Amino acid sequence: MTPLLEIRDLVKKYKNLVAVDGISFHIRPGICFGLLGPNGAGKTTALEVIEDIIPATSGEIFYKGKPRTASFREEIGIQFQHTSLLNFLTVRETLATFQALYRDVVDIEELMDLCHLREIEKNRNDKVSGGQAQRLMLAMALINKPELLFLDEPSTGLDPQARRNLWQIVRTIKEKGKTIILTTHSMEEAEYLCDEIAIMDHGRIIAGGSPSELVQRYCPGGTIILPRENITTPLEELPFVHHLVHNRVEMQVDNVNEGIGELQRRTVDLTGMSVRSPDLEDVFITLTGRQLRD
Amino acid sequence: MSVKRIWAMFNARNKEFFRDRAAFGWNFLFPFLIIAGFAIVFGDRNHGQYKVGVFPAQEGGVVAIGSALPEKFLHTDHLQFIGFADLDTGLEKLRHHKIDFLIRQEGVPLQYWVAESSPRGYIVERLFQASFLEEGAFFAEKIAVPDLEIRYIDWLFPGILGMNMMFSALWGVGYVVVRYRKNGVLKRLKATPLTAFEYLTAQALSRFFLLLFTLVVVWAGSDLLFSFQVAGSYLDLAIVFSLGGLSLTAMGLVFAARGISEEFTSGVLNFISWPMMFLSEVWFSLEGAPDWVRSFAGVFPLTHLLRAARRIMNDGAVLADVSYECFVLLGITLVFLVLGAFFFSWNK
Repeated sequence: MTPLLEIRDLVKKYKNLVAVDGISFHIRPGICFGLLGPNGAGKTTALEVIEDIIPATSGEIFYKGKPRTASFREEIGIQFQHTSLLNFLTVRETLATFQALYRDVVDIEELMDLCHLREIEKNRNDKVSGGQAQRLMLAMALINKPELLFLDEPSTGLDPQARRNLWQIVRTIKEKGKTIILTTHSMEEAEYLCDEIAIMDHGRIIAGGSPSELVQRYCPGGTIILPRENITTPLEELPFVHHLVHNRVEMQVDNVNEGIGELQRRTVDLTGMSVRSPDLEDVFITLTGRQLRD
Repeated sequence: MSVKRIWAMFNARNKEFFRDRAAFGWNFLFPFLIIAGFAIVFGDRNHGQYKVGVFPAQEGGVVAIGSALPEKFLHTDHLQFIGFADLDTGLEKLRHHKIDFLIRQEGVPLQYWVAESSPRGYIVERLFQASFLEEGAFFAEKIAVPDLEIRYIDWLFPGILGMNMMFSALWGVGYVVVRYRKNGVLKRLKATPLTAFEYLTAQALSRFFLLLFTLVVVWAGSDLLFSFQVAGSYLDLAIVFSLGGLSLTAMGLVFAARGISEEFTSGVLNFISWPMMFLSEVWFSLEGAPDWVRSFAGVFPLTHLLRAARRIMNDGAVLADVSYECFVLLGITLVFLVLGAFFFSWNK
């Protein structure tokens, strides 16, 4: 099957900075693909180059097997990380304005229901909350029935309830068969929404696959967590990969029972111990030695 | 090019303008307050230096060697002597309040012209007559210029309208587009099929429509209070103001083409608009100013707009009489539109 989007050796350089350093990946139709990485990893820059908002320094981008043409913008939807709206228009007027910019469009009523905008349709854009604004911008991105939807950090700055609400909408969109590419620094968001993930750091893709594949590949086993004061011997003597996080020692083990046995043999006090299944955060730590939010 | 997309952006911008109540109100209040204020303060035009026209002017100086003009008059403080080649040129300036008094410096008796109802002319005439006391005899002939005077407020009014157009066009396009670029609105629009040409056309048309709308409302409101006299055709005046509005809007597009700093853009707009305001004779005539200053004023569209508008409004000129100004405004519009479109950038 021809990938909907294929990226080859994409590079974006600024004067003294290589923001995107030769990334390659492809996206199959109908999936949600995530670019996961910490702030400054180059996710947004990569996305904006692919969206044709900023030019690439080098590399190739193929949409439906061909270089992008003028019609590309008719077929994609974009939700930027930071966008201001036209303050004095209402939510409905904003959608109508954007609807007029495209040839093939969705009925506004349908978008109102999908993105839960019905209650605020007459509100002016400068009077809506952060979560409502994100939903409006998502609706704007969907107005032209896009085949490919770009979401750049869609839930950044939202409270937990608004974030869950947005995730539900994105899932509904995905169920309608849309292909989605999103950037996030939230492993929870990536795990919840993405079928495939590319982990980015310093402008490069350092790992890729489905969330479960990545965890299986890089973090088999689990994580044993103990208060730092429980371990009286130097941490370097522990036979596990470990990290000190907020005065707690996180030890990655291939087998949790064997790991606990080893700690008992070393007479480590297990009071306050907890065990966590590995997630994408652990994958990132394993790959880079840093946390996603560092 | 899609008319539907242009119409969508045109509508969106207009809605923004009409709903931003503070800016909307200020667009009307500002010119009205200026007109009202100047009508009160300068209604009798009692400000500044008194200007005395002298003809025929002597090469290398205004007053001829051996002129019969009394020495005392020539050395009176606050009188500025401006030379004219002939009577017709001087009389035209007198009728337009560009000078207060006009003297022929040849022949005996001397002849002088003064507008009958001009208070400034009256004062200069008294000074002129007093300067003959030491000479022992008054040998000058007065020729009154009746019913030709144009009220200062009639002369000022096109200037205020033009100035309001200038500020509205430069800030309403230049400043607003830079703000949109800075806060990401332009970036969001770039992600749509909307082209730069369509966007700029919509912005220009929207501002042009709003300029004319404001012009009509301010004119009607001010006319109720001050009963402006329009010697020429309203249609000609509308065409001239339309061309002026287009040229000023196109100028705003040039400033909107680049830049993300509102502060910097504001500085540049001030740097351009203030000299334009003074050199285009919004408030006062440049009569008597150095030639290079008057020539330099020709680079500003507002100068040509006001020259044409005043000739139609004050002198009853027809469109053909101001065709030079109209073509200059049209040319400026085209040049600025091309420059604005060429340099326009959606991104930071």
